[in-house]
Amino acid sequence: MSGADDDGTSDAGSDVPARGILDRFRDGDAGLIAVTMLLIYVLFAILTALGPSEGPIVGSILSNLQAITLWTALYAMLVLALNLHWGYTGLFNIGVAGFMAIGIYAYAFMTVPKDPSRPGAPPGLGVPQGFADAATGLLPFLDPGLASFLGLVAGIAVAIVVAMLAAGLVGAITALPALRLRADYLAIVTVALSEIIRLSLLSREMETFTLGTNLNFELGGIEFLPDVPVGTGAGRGIDIPINPTIPVKRVFYTNPGNPAAGDTTAVGDLVFGVLTAPPFGLRETTVSNLAYTLVLVGFVAAFYWLLVRIGNSPFGRVLKAIREDEIVANSLGKDTRVFKVKVFVVGCALMGLGGILWETRTGFTDPTSTTMMPLQTFYIFIALIIGGAGSNTGSVIGGALFAAVLFQGPLYFSRIVNKWIAIDTPPQTSHGALAEFASLDPTPLLAYVVSNVSWLRFIIVGVVLIYVIQNRPTGLLGHRKEEAASVSLSRRDRPSGGAVAADGGEDRE
Amino acid sequence: MRTVSDPDRPAAADGGTDAEESVDVEDPADGDGPTAGATGAAEEAGGGTDPAAGTADSATEEAARETPPSLSLQVDGLEKYFGGLAAVDGASFVVEEGSLTGLIGPNGAGKSTTFNCITGVHEPDGGTVVFEGQDITGFRPHEVANRGLVRTFQIARELEEMTLLENLMLAPRGQVGEKLTSAVMPGLRGRVREQEADMVDRVWETLELFEIDHLAEEHAGNLSGGQRKLLELARALMLEPSMMLLDEPFAGVNPSLEEKLLDRIHQLKDEQGLTFLIVEHDMDLIMKHCEHVIVMHQGTVLAEGPPAEIRENERVIDAYLGDEV
Ligand SMILES: Nc1ncnc2c1ncn2[C@@H]1O[C@H](COP(=O)(O)OP(=O)(O)O)[C@@H](O)[C@H]1O
Ligand SMILES: [Mg+2]
Repeated sequence: MSGADDDGTSDAGSDVPARGILDRFRDGDAGLIAVTMLLIYVLFAILTALGPSEGPIVGSILSNLQAITLWTALYAMLVLALNLHWGYTGLFNIGVAGFMAIGIYAYAFMTVPKDPSRPGAPPGLGVPQGFADAATGLLPFLDPGLASFLGLVAGIAVAIVVAMLAAGLVGAITALPALRLRADYLAIVTVALSEIIRLSLLSREMETFTLGTNLNFELGGIEFLPDVPVGTGAGRGIDIPINPTIPVKRVFYTNPGNPAAGDTTAVGDLVFGVLTAPPFGLRETTVSNLAYTLVLVGFVAAFYWLLVRIGNSPFGRVLKAIREDEIVANSLGKDTRVFKVKVFVVGCALMGLGGILWETRTGFTDPTSTTMMPLQTFYIFIALIIGGAGSNTGSVIGGALFAAVLFQGPLYFSRIVNKWIAIDTPPQTSHGALAEFASLDPTPLLAYVVSNVSWLRFIIVGVVLIYVIQNRPTGLLGHRKEEAASVSLSRRDRPSGGAVAADGGEDRE
Repeated sequence: MRTVSDPDRPAAADGGTDAEESVDVEDPADGDGPTAGATGAAEEAGGGTDPAAGTADSATEEAARETPPSLSLQVDGLEKYFGGLAAVDGASFVVEEGSLTGLIGPNGAGKSTTFNCITGVHEPDGGTVVFEGQDITGFRPHEVANRGLVRTFQIARELEEMTLLENLMLAPRGQVGEKLTSAVMPGLRGRVREQEADMVDRVWETLELFEIDHLAEEHAGNLSGGQRKLLELARALMLEPSMMLLDEPFAGVNPSLEEKLLDRIHQLKDEQGLTFLIVEHDMDLIMKHCEHVIVMHQGTVLAEGPPAEIRENERVIDAYLGDEV
């Protein structure tokens, strides 16, 4: 299907490239995701237009679409990571939230300043600040502000990598014993682990503690392994001021940590000049959120690329075989334990990264956040089941449908109802609501639904899940023919010249 | 030299195999482990002809028993218990290199369990398994397969949601792309693709050999029972094994397909020198196609020898043929 092939075979019809594009489209790569997102955007633009509005309508729509995209991207990353475990390999990891938590707190340990501004707040290692300070010294030829910023970004990157390694390491420790056993043990171990992690983070014992107590020694006047105070903040939570939104905000503000205290940059002036003015009328925070959302979309693309790369390779083929029948893979000479551990570690690291990007963006977290609850794991599973386990495109679409339609949709719906239907006091119980419904007045029931929508959407999620499992157990895009190979496996006509095999067809990326 | 010979075997058969052995000993051109081991054994045997007769002789015998040159597989005193049940109870037999050996016995005789113990699916509770001169007792399944001993299952285990092409692409040994870094890193992926492109041709050839190439893009789960058997055999072959253990490869296969399978097996044996050990119910089939037959009963080997002899063996007739035929 590549250009080279067309050149080689003169009789190849001109319809080949066109069919290639159609195939790609139908097989659902970027096109299918784009169409889904477009439909979701149209739906939410309409819902926004129908709902209560503050400010210009274009601005409301844009800001809502930004929020929808943000949630879609956050879910998509985690669903993709889970797809690597469950969809590709059949590893039943129901501790996703735990691995996210490891990523989040490891990142916090790395980035929280050594002397936090809030009194009594837990200290961290302050790595980005250290990098920033070092950079100003190491890069004297640069503007000190720029050098310090570059150092900060490098420090954030290092912290992210370390946090991913931490999540991967915890994954390995979990996986090594559990993967030797039957498949269901992994489920038990992972769900237990995620609860242990969450409860440990809540425990007062770790609110502040000292790393390396009594390990310090002096050699040649230099102190090694000094005591390092760190902490989780336990139930009081932890400030994460140096989070991945900072570099994004720095594009717009000279003082990204506290925009009000600084100035806007030239880029900021330009972008805000356009987007805060009519017809958009966006708020500045919405604009920087939008920028962060675009960065997240980039991360989703990177996750997707990595997974396709893993899936379309001999490594991915073995994963698929493990999912189908591990004994067969074994009997064909594949040391499946090694494959399972590797893929488990990679998936956990990705979950850690997803956790960081998800949770730290508000600059604060505590263990009661839904992000670290078992519920989070189940949301991600539901999104994957809807989209179709095993399919990357399905993972992204499942994430989008779950985040937008199932999770945000009901809220929009209730806002619209609130706007258009005058409701005095909603009934307190569903019984009351139904009783009045019997008297042929739908308003009380509607009022009950609307006032309890954030709870009732769980029922919607449940109903959708049951429907999907009953009627389409493989999800929207499961069962797709994604060939697990790095080259096309279709028969190459054995040529007289023999030049065809040279490039082995199109790389599957 | 022949210490593993069965007392039941007629002298003529023994002579025949001896001749074969002497041919095989000249085989170090192959240059792999087992022949090297065989030469070592031969040397030891040579050294054993010194005056210290009695003990030395037994030592020679010992050495010869460990690595006779022409044996692919030696199973000695294999035991496997499930709870109190002895599924395999001290089974011993050998399979000669390049032979088509049949393993028969009534249901529950322990044939599949023997296969499972040889290939590491089960850990044997006793006994040894030697493959091409190397002790592989207790090896894990992938280690056994990577030494060139591959098996199929009594109930075909196709990888349902993988296409036939993917099924076959899975099997070859030494795929660089099975390393995660090679699969993912941009610089390293070129070699993965080259290797896979080479494999694709072999995959198609193998599919054609088994006449299932028209189903290549089909998911394996959509195949009929007989086609699954063909797929399993084709897939195992992609591993380029030196010996195959086939557990009831003809069960549920229609007669014309059975013929086809048997043709392939003979072809592989004759052209590539593959060794086959086949579990099969159909006595006539085994008697007609195998040069050597092993009869199992209640976890032990009841008799072993050429088909004609097995047919006459009273104990086999009593234990097996008597109530089955
Ligand atoms: N995994 C197992 N657990 C318990 N018993 C088993 C298992 N596998 C086989 N057996 C028992 O071992 C005996 C031998 O079985 P098998 O090797 O399958 O016989 P064959 O293949 O010769 O028909 C049977 O009695 C069978 O029930
Ligand atoms: Mg059996």
